[in-house]
Amino acid sequence: MTQIFAYIAHKDGVADDTALELLTAAAAIAPNAPVTAIVAGNAPQLDAVAEALAQGFAEVWKFSSDSLAQPNAEIIRPVLASALPAGSIVLMGHDTFAMDMAPGLSIKRDVPFVSDVVGVDGLAGDVLTLVRQEYGGQVSAHVQTNVAGGAVLTLRAGSFAPAEGAGSGQIVDKSGEIGEPAMRRVFLEMAAAEVDDVDISKEDVLVSIGRGIGDEENIEIAQELAEAMGGVVACSRPIVDARWMNRSRQVGTSGQTVKPKVYLACGISGSFQHLGGIKGSPFIVAINTNPKAPIFQAADVGIVADILDFLPELTEAINGE
Amino acid sequence: MDILVCVKRVPDTSTNEIEVNDAGTDIERDDLVYSINEWDNYAVEEALQIVDRVGGSVTVAAVGDDESDEVLRRAMAMGVENAMLLSGDAFAGLDGRGVATVLQAAAKTKGIDLILTGAQADDGCAQVGGMLAAMLDQPFASLVNMIEVESDKTLKIGREVEGGEQEISRIELPCVLSIQTGINEPRYVGVRGIRKVASVEIPTMDAAALGLTAEALAPQVERLDYFTPEVGAGAEMLEGSTEEMVAKLIEMLQAKGGMK
Repeated sequence: MTQIFAYIAHKDGVADDTALELLTAAAAIAPNAPVTAIVAGNAPQLDAVAEALAQGFAEVWKFSSDSLAQPNAEIIRPVLASALPAGSIVLMGHDTFAMDMAPGLSIKRDVPFVSDVVGVDGLAGDVLTLVRQEYGGQVSAHVQTNVAGGAVLTLRAGSFAPAEGAGSGQIVDKSGEIGEPAMRRVFLEMAAAEVDDVDISKEDVLVSIGRGIGDEENIEIAQELAEAMGGVVACSRPIVDARWMNRSRQVGTSGQTVKPKVYLACGISGSFQHLGGIKGSPFIVAINTNPKAPIFQAADVGIVADILDFLPELTEAINGE
Repeated sequence: MDILVCVKRVPDTSTNEIEVNDAGTDIERDDLVYSINEWDNYAVEEALQIVDRVGGSVTVAAVGDDESDEVLRRAMAMGVENAMLLSGDAFAGLDGRGVATVLQAAAKTKGIDLILTGAQADDGCAQVGGMLAAMLDQPFASLVNMIEVESDKTLKIGREVEGGEQEISRIELPCVLSIQTGINEPRYVGVRGIRKVASVEIPTMDAAALGLTAEALAPQVERLDYFTPEVGAGAEMLEGSTEEMVAKLIEMLQAKGGMK
């Protein structure tokens, strides 16, 4: 039977939200396969995570070492490459740690790698069919791979519903497998996120701009609208990359998570990293020239228009009232 | 520091509407505007800036068809001295592992201290850099948004992690880094710069030149089809004149508390 392992990220003693989503994905691949969770870190936080995971997974493998106090793919990758049984399928959330670890793990284990999976079509014989998105989410694709020898898959957060835990799994301490860690990459420190005079996570109204704003000087258009609505301007990643606004104004998984009453996404295509930052917003309005932009899948109200024309009209109408 | 930067020619998603063709076998490629993969552009700029500071050389390599020479020339117009086009019939239909295999073979043809790739490309797989590092048995870091050269043995790097934090580490050379957007401000490439390098000869290497067999390049992951993503509940699309849409939207915003 296919053996499935789920590598679980954790922070401050709490397992990542995707843990139980990985269980659902595992069941979609092989409905009756017991799933072993893998956690790496150091005590005592790691013990709390392992115990919590034992409530949901049949088994939990715990890799504990002071060298793993901070996630370090360079240390844990070779350990897993030798500890995992041949033929096993490894699942991970598609997060920044998985991007570090998963591709190399697939090479070291000589198994296929499929990243950022959003759906599982199921296993037919040894052939697994999966769903991915390409071109910034504008198109989807079915991909297939033979998993007879095992595989490494990373799964997009929120794509699978969290499973109910099966209860009382056993914890297996695998720390002895770590050995003398390779130290070719050494963690030094975590630099905190920038702060700004405005905390966009606390605002009720956000006028958020993306690539569609075109030019730095056009940001004024969004500022005028935000002022008229009594909100502030936020932005998507390309605006920060262009250095037009501070990172503290960026909405998304690599920026801020926001939950305003109203979120106006202006000229934002809606990458999944951006959508991850607005999950809690009750009312999302998207204005974009491309009717196929992924943002329209997440929005409550959509308007196909050029924001450079539409926003000034909206501002004028609001101020005129 | 001798740096290899891996670049890819891709449809520009910021200017194109990507659609699936009628047969679902590919995207509609007529009229697409192509450019250098956005992440790779930052990687090229970063390599040039490192060499400006500490000396050395930059080589760009692309796996692709003859038209990929356009992104190599663009990098040369930015100031890169050397380019390699990795092209040939055996490279059609490669998966990410196949691309990494080709790049690994090419990297071995030169003395390289540091390899930079973009963090991801149009397919969003984010895999080639990590695979390449593992094949070369070198340390790797993804989503790098800061590089400081400490010595000829180590770099101090920053990685972007969730929530806007930056993970700072020291990494040994030689190594492979995948570069996140925003690490620098890529320089502007003018038409004059492109013209200047238009006739430079770019060496091309195929599978035979790199000593690669068809077996080593056989894809492990195959794309079956393309289809248009299912739209969830979907948005209520407003229609009509701008005036009508504005009026309707204001009404909705007032109802949702989005107006003070």
